[in-house]
Amino acid sequence: MEQSLFSAILFATLVAGTPLIIVALGELITEKAGVLNLGAEGTMAMGAVAGFAATHYSGNPYLGVLAGMAAGALMSLLFGLLTLTFMANQVASGLALAIFGVGLSAFIGKPYESLTLQAVPAWRIPLLADIPYIGSALFNQQSLVYFSWALLAGVIWFLYKSRAGLILRAVGESPASAHSIGYPVIRIRYLATLFGGAMAGIGGAFLSVFYTPLWVEGMVSGRGWIALALVVFATWRPLRVMVGAYLFGGVMITQLFVQGSGLNLEVPSQLLSALPYLATILVLVLISRNQQTIRLNSPQSLGQPYRPDA
Amino acid sequence: MLSFKLETRPEASQLMSYLSPLIAVLLTVLGGLLVFSALGKDPIEGFQVFFLNPVRDWYGVSELLLKATPLMLCAVGLAIGFRANVWNIGAEGQFIVGACAATGAALLLEDVSGPQVLLAMVVAGALGGAAWAAIPAFLRTHFNANEILVSLMLVYVAQLLVSWLVFGPWIDPEGFNFPQSKMFSDSALLPMLVEGTRLNLAFVIALGVLAIGYVFMQKSFLGFKMRVAGEAADAARYAGFSAKLMIWIGLLAGGVCAGLAGMGEVAGPMGQLTDKVGSGYGFAAIIVAFVGRLNPIGIFFASLLMALLFIGGEQAQQYMSLPSSISKVFQGMLLFFLLGSDLFINYRLRVRRTLTKAGA
Repeated sequence: MEQSLFSAILFATLVAGTPLIIVALGELITEKAGVLNLGAEGTMAMGAVAGFAATHYSGNPYLGVLAGMAAGALMSLLFGLLTLTFMANQVASGLALAIFGVGLSAFIGKPYESLTLQAVPAWRIPLLADIPYIGSALFNQQSLVYFSWALLAGVIWFLYKSRAGLILRAVGESPASAHSIGYPVIRIRYLATLFGGAMAGIGGAFLSVFYTPLWVEGMVSGRGWIALALVVFATWRPLRVMVGAYLFGGVMITQLFVQGSGLNLEVPSQLLSALPYLATILVLVLISRNQQTIRLNSPQSLGQPYRPDA
Repeated sequence: MLSFKLETRPEASQLMSYLSPLIAVLLTVLGGLLVFSALGKDPIEGFQVFFLNPVRDWYGVSELLLKATPLMLCAVGLAIGFRANVWNIGAEGQFIVGACAATGAALLLEDVSGPQVLLAMVVAGALGGAAWAAIPAFLRTHFNANEILVSLMLVYVAQLLVSWLVFGPWIDPEGFNFPQSKMFSDSALLPMLVEGTRLNLAFVIALGVLAIGYVFMQKSFLGFKMRVAGEAADAARYAGFSAKLMIWIGLLAGGVCAGLAGMGEVAGPMGQLTDKVGSGYGFAAIIVAFVGRLNPIGIFFASLLMALLFIGGEQAQQYMSLPSSISKVFQGMLLFFLLGSDLFINYRLRVRRTLTKAGA
């Protein structure tokens, strides 16, 4: 009994952390190029509604993921157009994207509100799934959980082992120097922004296609913002993004289990539901307290527009 | 062959900074017409329903002013912060907590009558909003925690707080278990300005706050310091302006104003507290603040425009069977177009006739 409860909580924690990993890793790449896109909440919402609609019509959840990805990329293209081409303030444009995405998704999603999708079966990895205690939680999982692991490996390799990643980081640290040695700063920033948007779209689609299989207005419920906080929490290091995401997933799931367990706690359910948001504030405080860590790790040009004068 | 080149203006264009919101409105209307046609609706009818019908009689105008009231209140408070690069985006949460605090005062003073009830509610609302905004201010000044994320997280917490209150301790015992408080007594309701409308004293309060905001931002030394801090952080530091003070003022101004707006909602059109009290005014006010150029006079007009979009959305739902969230789409479009056309404040387009390669 205890073992199965542990396994169930671990399983659910991984699932709850997965969209956060995907979105936060996408945002990490965007921010490493020096672009601060605060629109993740709206981008996720658009990914969620696009993913739901595509899955609803095609019956194929992976077409849903693709649709979510495309919707996310389109949203970030809009952001790129504003901030990279039109030189608009990144904070204001990100807020605009967040508000716009939440509104547009509510508008587009109206007809889908009462529908549900079929649950997507898990992918069982033979042998590994038979490991006692943790096997079925880790290796009998949603496909996108594995995708998030692969994404993490890919992002680490890209940032720290590949030449392209080095250039990306150079653009984020000092766009003027990168420009002066001939790298197309704006194009690289566009690509990084598009990647971030695409990942946020996938994260959104994961919520509406795999996690809850339904669409409700406002279903992203702050996960986009939490993902942004995760990037800060991780001090822009990919592996820490994953650790943070699972911590959050754990908080979300534990409070759900406590609420559903019928334990007669003298605590209002709303307080439990507030835990993930309070936890976000707490980790932001803990990590930001040391200003030097932030200064050393955040990309130098983060949030600052750059226009090559050539 | 013509070539277009973006050129930095020697000086930011004052004219463009006023024209840009108008261009954005125009583009939003055009975009709206396109959206209506894309949805297979008659764009002319859409335009009428959205922009003309809401204000075709005096009652409509009074409803517009009623809706604009919380928007201008929230936006003017936000603008004070935004000018100093203090990004309080949790006005929605401060609005909700202000509404809760005002409700607390109303329920506490249930048996009292007289103007002191409303006075207590105004103070409670302002303090409630301020308290909620003080959290990100404290965490930013003491721990350097990003105020954008903290103030935003607190919106979700505020929503859960109000839900707890109206499902739990404050639930109306005769309310058939609906998540709402008791209806307020008459002395806890704001007096109407015009007989037969819902327009109430909150509108006058909002105008007063706009005036105070104007004096503070344009005429006071502190307001000037905050503007310097926003536009040239290094200069402000060199001049010895306290960055912490700016953060506190920026956030508290936003909190007080949003809390007042929340008070105006429960003591005005709602007459009670429900879990739906936060209906997006705090977020829409961000757009109002930008479209109003962070200037109280601009904010007045921008809030009328946004209120029109809100009411237009309701009308579109009623008469054109479109989801009312279409107004949020228009609001987002408005902000995008504004941010885009702001490019021409600092840059200008140079059109040049150049020789093509073949001709060279």
